[in-house]
Amino acid sequence: MLLSRMVFASLLQYLERLHPSQIANESCLASHHVHPNYTKKAFPVLSLDYHHIQVPFEISLWVLLASLMKLGFHLIPQLSSIVPESCLLIVVGLLVGGLIKLAGEEVPPVLDSNLFFLCLLPPIILDAGYFLPIRPFMENIGTILMFAVVGTLWNAFFVGGLLYAVCQIEGTYLSQVELLPCLLFGSIISAVDPVAVLAVFEEIHINELLHILVFGESLLNDAVTVVLYHLFEEYSGAGEVTPMDVVLGVICFLIVSLGGIAVGAIYGILAAFTSRFTSHTRVIEPLFVFVYSYMAYLSAEMFHLSGIMALIACGAVMRPYVEANISHKSHTTVKYFLKMWSSVSETLIFIFLGVATVAGPHAWNWTFVSVTVILCLVSRVIGVVGLTFIINKFRIVKLTTKDQFIVAYGGLRGAIAFSLGYLLDKNLFPMRTMFLTAIITEIFFTVFVQGMTIKPLVDLLAVKKKQEAKRSINEEIHTQFLDHLLTGIEDICGHYGHHHWKDKLNRFNKKYIKKCLIAGERYKEPQLIAFYHKMEFKQAIELVESGGGVKLPSAVPSQVSMQNIQPKKLPPPVAERALPQFTKGREEEIRKILRSNLQKTRQRLRSYNRHTLVADPFEDGWNDFILKKQRLIELEKKMSNYLTVPGATPDSPTMCRARLASDPNAFYNIKASSDGVPTIQVDLASPQSPDSVNMLNEFSKRGATGQGLGQREGADRDEDQGLMMKPAGKGEKGEEEGGNKNPGLMRCLSDPGPSNEDEEDEPFLP
Amino acid sequence: MGTLQSLSDEPEYRELAEKTGFSFEQIGILHKRFKQLSHNENTLRRADLDTIPDLACNPIRTQIIEAFFDKRNFHQNGDGTVEEISFEEFLVVMSHFRPPALNMTEEQREKVRREKLRFLFNMHNTDNDGTITLEEYRHVVEELLSRSGALGKETAKGIADAAMLEVASISMGHMEPDEFYEGITFEHFLKILKDIEIETRMNIRFLNMDTTTLCNRDSSSIR
Repeated sequence: MLLSRMVFASLLQYLERLHPSQIANESCLASHHVHPNYTKKAFPVLSLDYHHIQVPFEISLWVLLASLMKLGFHLIPQLSSIVPESCLLIVVGLLVGGLIKLAGEEVPPVLDSNLFFLCLLPPIILDAGYFLPIRPFMENIGTILMFAVVGTLWNAFFVGGLLYAVCQIEGTYLSQVELLPCLLFGSIISAVDPVAVLAVFEEIHINELLHILVFGESLLNDAVTVVLYHLFEEYSGAGEVTPMDVVLGVICFLIVSLGGIAVGAIYGILAAFTSRFTSHTRVIEPLFVFVYSYMAYLSAEMFHLSGIMALIACGAVMRPYVEANISHKSHTTVKYFLKMWSSVSETLIFIFLGVATVAGPHAWNWTFVSVTVILCLVSRVIGVVGLTFIINKFRIVKLTTKDQFIVAYGGLRGAIAFSLGYLLDKNLFPMRTMFLTAIITEIFFTVFVQGMTIKPLVDLLAVKKKQEAKRSINEEIHTQFLDHLLTGIEDICGHYGHHHWKDKLNRFNKKYIKKCLIAGERYKEPQLIAFYHKMEFKQAIELVESGGGVKLPSAVPSQVSMQNIQPKKLPPPVAERALPQFTKGREEEIRKILRSNLQKTRQRLRSYNRHTLVADPFEDGWNDFILKKQRLIELEKKMSNYLTVPGATPDSPTMCRARLASDPNAFYNIKASSDGVPTIQVDLASPQSPDSVNMLNEFSKRGATGQGLGQREGADRDEDQGLMMKPAGKGEKGEEEGGNKNPGLMRCLSDPGPSNEDEEDEPFLP
Repeated sequence: MGTLQSLSDEPEYRELAEKTGFSFEQIGILHKRFKQLSHNENTLRRADLDTIPDLACNPIRTQIIEAFFDKRNFHQNGDGTVEEISFEEFLVVMSHFRPPALNMTEEQREKVRREKLRFLFNMHNTDNDGTITLEEYRHVVEELLSRSGALGKETAKGIADAAMLEVASISMGHMEPDEFYEGITFEHFLKILKDIEIETRMNIRFLNMDTTTLCNRDSSSIR
């Protein structure tokens, strides 16, 4: 006691000598200086040192504000249905900026260009690029490129040129604005902004084609904007642009866009290759995705290439291979992190826009601003209509007038324009403040007016909305079939159309690239099989999550069972007739539950040890899952589809998680099981096991139609007898065959291929 | 272009154009291709189509080739298969892949969709009994997966079974245990594939561009 007090006292004495804010900085009690003139004051028990933590604290405060705002909007449903989120966020930003100004503080220049381009923009673009639906994007790539390149050029020159003409008119007092700054302004303001487009289009659920057209355009016009911006900025000082410069500009455009894509693709391949070796360190897998993508962006920006295109290319290239390699959980992590970051970024951007509006020096000029707004609208409409006229000559699916209207109306401007304007040098461009004011006004106009009215207009014009239907296996089969059919017909015609090239690319991909970039044997798995397993897996999960109850997901047929489609071969033996029959729905449920819960049941009853760290039983046990399923299918055939053994306990997700947390080693002992009888009979045959009894009760509670309860218990025992007898020898053989034949079936999410279903909406593991 | 212009005068082309909806240039190009494939004869045989090198790696090539020789696709209410086809029949089969015109009414669109789906249905329904049975469907899936190595048969069967189950449940709703679902009829087929916009997807771009010299081994450079 005395000793500790002494230690404590000496510690206090030492601390006394230090300045309070230095206490944290002292890493070890190493060399310290004792001031000879130090006068002792009272020991500061509590002190405030805001300065120390100011920067991170403010950043966190902003992020918190953004997130709370987002929460708030969704709690008020009426508000979010009328006004798009982006508008509300800008208003919030205005309020916050106003508050800061009222408080007398200087409003911080929050939409600093560095912050914007290096921190706020990349997550949004990466999210967009990683989840880009490749198939519709590639199918419409010609149209998208036309809009992005030619459309943006047209907009820039039209707006810039006419603005210059207006400025030259007497009476506007704008004659000091030269041609080149006008063109520069035109190029800044003409680019459609991906952030704003995403924010607004997300809520209107428009059909896939229009969405990908506008969104693709907003992504790809970055290269044009970069080149035009740099070109005009460079030569504004010189005052003129020679034809040589124009040629160089075109070359620069090609380098910027193709170079950006190349940089992105290289990093994408690196990421894919790295992910091949991560099977032992699953925890850091998502990190590779993020870091490689960010580095792609930074590398592109370093060379003044198009960072946005680099990010898109990186995400799109790495996705199929990375997803084949990383674990289920890592995939979920990547998805949720990307969504989270992009969501926060987007919110912050809009709030900052509002704050910057309050903060920035403004120079309002009625003529300039109003002419800008009108010209932007006019040029967009003319551009879209004119381009569509040309494009429709080459498209199979023509763009109707309604489509054109939506494309034109959906050309929103956003924070990228503002940041580019902010970057302008004050000395070279004395009218910078006027430009900024005009840019902000244009952004407000598009986001508020166009953003708010686009939803009612879409409904009014009855534009086709996004189809929410889940992809069925028939559609998948026929999509593949169609692909091959069309390729074949093209070959017969002798016509090297895009099916031909796509097929060639796929074959090249399968033969060489996948071998390098995908670990193990998974690269052999064709898309259809991957889709099928994924669907089964999903159905199993959904069933487990819903408690394995009566309510099946809608994609699962509940009233028609396998036997309805199997041709009747033999009359079923009399013995089985005596068994009570379940309804078809019950059968399907049971089958599905069995398939999904089989190994979990076994695992639970073997040993319940919650201290064993689980690697990823769901994933690592997939192979066994497949084996069991195959055994099950064989069993089914034997029994001619009368499967009346109830499955495992339909658990709530919590129970499911608890079970997963138990000993996974049970999985690997299956093959070594001494009895050699499949696991089905171990648990379910013993009604004494409390779980099986509960499960039986559960089933009865779930309101099975008209089946006797007492009969059920007896039936189980009989059925279990039946099950036990059959596969004694078959099990082993099936296992081996299955094991050897199907190394490639381990992953359920391998290579979804170019046709991606809307992954964002699907439930994953809790 | 000079040679193509004279083609529009040929009366047979006019008749063909009316029948199939192709333009004269397109018919001219396809005729050239037909002649090239059939080695300048008037009829085309299966063996001629087999020689196309690119077709060799297509998993469903047999079915595609069969479709050309299937009388059901000739729009003449015929049945069975033939051994050789003329240019007219070739053109009729190709016309299934023509893109729909821009301004079509809803009924016309529906008609086009039915026609294209009927083509697909005929491809699956090899025994021409009006339904796609489970065996036929299994065969389709097996063929599709035949290029992917030894992963096969069981999975193909599983997939086909699941697909059949889906069709049955969507089309029939509830079925008694004793009922047997014979197969996918054409109406059911229409129903399950109504979400794939067939009329916009099942198309080949028959642009009318000039053809350069055709070389025997490779296909022409029709763009």
